[in-house]
Amino acid sequence: MSIQTDDYRTKYTLETFSFLPEFTADEIYDQIVYIINQGWTPALEHEAPEAASSHYWGMWKLPMFGTRDPNAVLAEIDQCRAAYPNHMIRLIGYDNYTQCQGHNFVVYRPRGM
Amino acid sequence: MASKTFDAGVQDYQLTYWTPDYTPLDTDLLACFKVVPQEGVPREEAAAAVAAESSTGTWTTVWTDLLTDMEFYKGRAYRIEDVPGDKNAFYAFIAYPLDLFEEGSVVNVLTSLVGNVFGFKAVRSLRLEDLRFPMAFIKTCGGPPSGIQVERDKLNKYGRPMLGCTIKPKLGLSAKNYGRAVYECLRGGLDLTKDDENINSQPFQRWRDRFEFVAEAVDKATAETGERKGHYLNVTAGTVEEMMKRAEFAKELGQPIIMHDFLTAGFTANTTLANWCRENGMLLHIHRAMHAVIDRNPLHGIHFRVLAKCLRLSGGDHLHTGTVVGKLEGDRASTLGFVDQLRESFVPEDRSRGVFFDQDWGSMPGVMAVASGGIHVWHMPALVNIFGDDSVLQFGGGTQGHPGGNAAGAAANRVALEACVKARNEGRDLEREGGDILREAARTSKELAVALETWKEIKFEFDTVDKLDVQ
Repeated sequence: MSIQTDDYRTKYTLETFSFLPEFTADEIYDQIVYIINQGWTPALEHEAPEAASSHYWGMWKLPMFGTRDPNAVLAEIDQCRAAYPNHMIRLIGYDNYTQCQGHNFVVYRPRGM
Repeated sequence: MASKTFDAGVQDYQLTYWTPDYTPLDTDLLACFKVVPQEGVPREEAAAAVAAESSTGTWTTVWTDLLTDMEFYKGRAYRIEDVPGDKNAFYAFIAYPLDLFEEGSVVNVLTSLVGNVFGFKAVRSLRLEDLRFPMAFIKTCGGPPSGIQVERDKLNKYGRPMLGCTIKPKLGLSAKNYGRAVYECLRGGLDLTKDDENINSQPFQRWRDRFEFVAEAVDKATAETGERKGHYLNVTAGTVEEMMKRAEFAKELGQPIIMHDFLTAGFTANTTLANWCRENGMLLHIHRAMHAVIDRNPLHGIHFRVLAKCLRLSGGDHLHTGTVVGKLEGDRASTLGFVDQLRESFVPEDRSRGVFFDQDWGSMPGVMAVASGGIHVWHMPALVNIFGDDSVLQFGGGTQGHPGGNAAGAAANRVALEACVKARNEGRDLEREGGDILREAARTSKELAVALETWKEIKFEFDTVDKLDVQ
């Protein structure tokens, strides 16, 4: 392969899973199941692309405390998307034991991002 | 009430320091030594000698012993065990009262426990296998300046190990060319890059020039990728004053992380730097040059798990642990044993991992385990499985040796990492299906496809190095 001569274009990536092809709904579903099975709390955040580098994004409702239903989380992603079609959306798994986020990745990017 | 009399001369150590009926206190510092005594020296006498020489004793009785309460201050050998598979050696368990040690000073602990006694004639060889620090001591130590959770929050890295790389060639690059190599790695998808431990401030590349060019590289990559990036700026120097000057400048440049070599520079310098990092919001990466001199011989020296525990107390946010799978092999169970000591809040005794004591770390923050050295993309599934999320996986040659250069090499590793994390989260077995997972991911990443081509598929044979004492 002649990759030596290829130009590598810097990508605007935004952290975990940004180097993989865009996830299908099924793939997102599997990650939601992982979050729930770890005992973490799923949550959604959204933000305009130009403000995405700040620590805090807008919160979509409250974290989904106690939910065991991955489909309910997928439905919230759809609702968030309908409400903020030009925002990026990330899915978070809050780990209250480590007081950290166990998981966090962008599940939706507006066209062209 | 004082009924003791002074009786000059040499006494058997075991009369005073061998106390098999003693039950250690929660506040005692406990040590396990592997002892090979000189021929003809009974185990109890050798164990007692080690306890004496590492605490209050000296070779002869002195009258001033009677001016204090030696029963309160002495170390006590309280248990002896066989070493599996070695008839000459035995384990000696020794309890030291808390008041023998200055608060917050691992320096003082080491000076006492691994000082004179290691040259002591009654033992042929001696190895400090493990220490149990009492909570009362731990609470006096600063520990990691930030810890795993704060580092993740600051750098916005969640749900996966971080990716790093040491810039090569490790010596000889000009500062500007070096910054170029950093920029290429970071824009390609690495989270962190690292100064080689040998890079301090040599004639070919003075530290201030390196810091300035690297800072520009880090900031540019951060802006372009939307990800938080960092480079471990090595502040290790010939004097503590110089070290602090470099650390201050890294902060002035707005950089998130600096680096230090804790064994060659020493624990005093390390603790000072860690305290400064805590006060100044800087992350601290710790390299471990010289460790193998101290920890490699199974009969003499200090096991790395002890050095790792001391580092967690002295302070550091990252520590190199070996890779288990790369060019610098380490025993898997033993490595996992001290990785636990870095990251967990409680580690139970587990002889199958070389852990001799329960160790409660209380609320002390955790240290990220760093796997670095001779690893490449085919190792990724095993590394993710072994080290889990709270780690930094560093591919030096495995990034910069990519035929497409640093950025393409970085992208290849990032794709491989994310594919492995995704597969793990989906419940797939990384060590069994690792090859398939990588090949699937390579279908949408030509950088990964080339990397898989460049480095040959490897097999993982974990049984080749077994340094734990087991039958």
